[in-house]
Amino acid sequence: MSVRAEAPRPRYARGQIITARRLAILGMGLAPVALWLTLPPLTLDTVAAPFILGAVSALLGVAAITRGERRVGWGAVASGVLAIGAGVFAVQASSSNLKEVITWSTLISLGLAAATPLIFAAIGGMFSERSGVVNIGLEGMMLMGAFFGIWGADVTGSWYGGLLIAMVSGGLLALVHAYFCIQLRADQIVVGTAIIFLAYGITGYLYNDIYRGEGTPAVLPEIPLVNLDFLASIPPEGLGDFLYKSFGDLSLMTWIAFAIVVLSSIFLFRTAWGLRVRSVGEHPRAADTVGIDVYRVRYACVVLSGVLAAMGGAYLSIGYTHLFTEQMTQGRGFIALAALIFGNWRPYGALAACLLFGLSTAFSPQLQNVEAWAPYGQLFAALPYLLTIVVVAGVIGRSIPPAAVGRPYVKQ
Amino acid sequence: MSEQAPTPAQRSEPEASTVPARLALYQRAGGIVTPLVTTLIAFLIGGLVVLVLSGKNPLSTYKAIFNGTGLNWLFPWNATCSVRDPGNELCVNATNLQATLIYLTVLILTGLAVAFAFRCGLFNIGGQGQYIVGAVVGFQVGLWFDSMPAAPHILLAFVAAGLAGAFWAGIAGFLKATLGAHEVITTIMLNWIAYWAATYLINGGPLQDPVAEEAGAQVSRDIADSAKLPVIWGVQGLQGLHIGLFVALGALVAYSILVNRTTLGYEVRAVGFNPEAAAYGGISVARNYVLAMAISGAFAGMAGAMAPLGLSFHLTSTSIQTDSYIAFLGIAVALLGRNTAVGIFFAALLFAALQVGTRSANLDPDVFQPELANNLTQLIQGLIVLFVGAELLVLSVWQARKRLPRAGRTAVEP
Repeated sequence: MSVRAEAPRPRYARGQIITARRLAILGMGLAPVALWLTLPPLTLDTVAAPFILGAVSALLGVAAITRGERRVGWGAVASGVLAIGAGVFAVQASSSNLKEVITWSTLISLGLAAATPLIFAAIGGMFSERSGVVNIGLEGMMLMGAFFGIWGADVTGSWYGGLLIAMVSGGLLALVHAYFCIQLRADQIVVGTAIIFLAYGITGYLYNDIYRGEGTPAVLPEIPLVNLDFLASIPPEGLGDFLYKSFGDLSLMTWIAFAIVVLSSIFLFRTAWGLRVRSVGEHPRAADTVGIDVYRVRYACVVLSGVLAAMGGAYLSIGYTHLFTEQMTQGRGFIALAALIFGNWRPYGALAACLLFGLSTAFSPQLQNVEAWAPYGQLFAALPYLLTIVVVAGVIGRSIPPAAVGRPYVKQ
Repeated sequence: MSEQAPTPAQRSEPEASTVPARLALYQRAGGIVTPLVTTLIAFLIGGLVVLVLSGKNPLSTYKAIFNGTGLNWLFPWNATCSVRDPGNELCVNATNLQATLIYLTVLILTGLAVAFAFRCGLFNIGGQGQYIVGAVVGFQVGLWFDSMPAAPHILLAFVAAGLAGAFWAGIAGFLKATLGAHEVITTIMLNWIAYWAATYLINGGPLQDPVAEEAGAQVSRDIADSAKLPVIWGVQGLQGLHIGLFVALGALVAYSILVNRTTLGYEVRAVGFNPEAAAYGGISVARNYVLAMAISGAFAGMAGAMAPLGLSFHLTSTSIQTDSYIAFLGIAVALLGRNTAVGIFFAALLFAALQVGTRSANLDPDVFQPELANNLTQLIQGLIVLFVGAELLVLSVWQARKRLPRAGRTAVEP
């Protein structure tokens, strides 16, 4: 009994280069280009460009559908049509307004900041689900990290003290989740919901008890930014400036998040321990038979997921907003869960989904720069959620969850 | 613990691991005992939290919460004003009880929204979005047609709100049925889309009252008088109890009949127990997914219409944000009420009482800090859901105790 092969089996014969799926993926790739032509810095002032490219992208989708690749094909058609619509809108908008909103370097740095907490939570969720335990409570564990990060920074007087206490708090809440899901074999989705309620109650109670309605202290130790001055001096002119503005002043946590993605990918797919985790999530009985302690692996993975989610939460409070408010995570744990599924329970896939989500989040605050467009900022705040639905509906059929996810294991 | 012998309940259900299968087990094996036990344990731990964190007396805290719910109005020996003097409808206990019953009205509907989807094996965590959509559409219909007579206008507003909620949840059902998109993800995303769209409509969008906009307030206009729900107890405009309660009770009856006495309910339950077997038996799984979500959404949509039609008569951007928490609470109601009509009624009453009894205005500050009370409620809610999740354990221990002779008891002692 082997662990299920990771790569999806190719559905086409060997040597066949132009498959329906590739046509559709090409179409989906062309659509953003069609839109990009009409945006700064190029800002083409003709409707023709997005129309032609968008139509090509939709046609590729139609071609794919006729050849039997319906799911991604429809995705290509939809993205082509969307690109034409958005492109026409962009051409008609005044280019000075567009320049205020579409500043790519700002969008990238804002987007990375928004993606950072999601990456932590999504990787955390990946460990939990890879070991076979559904973790809907990520939201609550993030919230614990957010509060205890602030409180820890306040008490210890240092940001790493805050981060450490946040990690412990998230791990402890995850331990409750683990105990009920693994030992008591309770329903994992129900317990996850309970974990969220508990986190609302615990953080809200302590926040109101400790800070008494005055809010968290205005001056607190914060997670430092990593200043990369050398980026600005990279030739040619303009590129260095762009790189510096995009990547030169990111939070330390953003870089840690990237490192964790790489490390967890190596751990999961290149080490014996990673294989154990995956085997427990795919076929716990088989893992048990060869001497792997299923419960211990699951405990470790669930607690690790809580620690990681809490790091994301701590970044939110002491690295990003510099304050705590009740229920401040605002559904980010759930978004991370969606990113995890979209990313097919793989670290780089989850990273890509988080980045897509983060970048689309960045448009909404940028719209505030133009007074006439400011009200639409709230509509655009829904953009990441809409994108997630489109993407989950369009791509999700391909993602394969760990076989034993959500099933309690009974030792024999 | 892990070494314990498998108890009868576990042995007979070795693969009861999916949500629907477990729910089916609860349905068969449950009585009234386990929900009561889980609630009791949650309150015991909640009391410990009160004792440890604040040093207050848990019993007097619970009594103060109970008094805040206005339920003591029914018990004349325990209230300053009560059912004995019916003329005084504005005394504190009466108005508190009116508030509890209004909350109960909405909570029954949001609980049903979660429960009906559960019956089909779906987890509708998107009650908040369906609630918001229902609130906006119900409000809009209440604003239009101001020349209509009251009865058809109110009916129309509720129908429209229900349809809006059904459409919103139906999207998730459709995506699940056709593309296999997980309903937990899609409904949560739909929550936030509804939230931001509604916020836009009231803050700078077409629904904002132009007069209020001048003053910088994010408020809509008031609905027409004909759409305002008549009050049956108390005073309209002062949070009197409105006829929405009958809508909710009617929905409970409709739910019970729909689930237990109709072909649709039978098919929905069959899909919930085992989709493969249902499909083998000739039931369209896809059709039932869409229908179950849509009916769920209709309940949540009608819940959303309650506040703009019966309580505040307008929408504000803060009400969009805070009111929809009640839809999230519906999950706890459905879980504790075991997806039965009677269970949902009592679970909703419990949570409504907890929620209203810990409102800062209702709680005696000498007994417990009002600003913490609401968080204490969330904690108790979390504990109840947690123990509901572990219900299988409570259940199996309970049954094992009944069946095993005395000598066997130690074997299942947790």
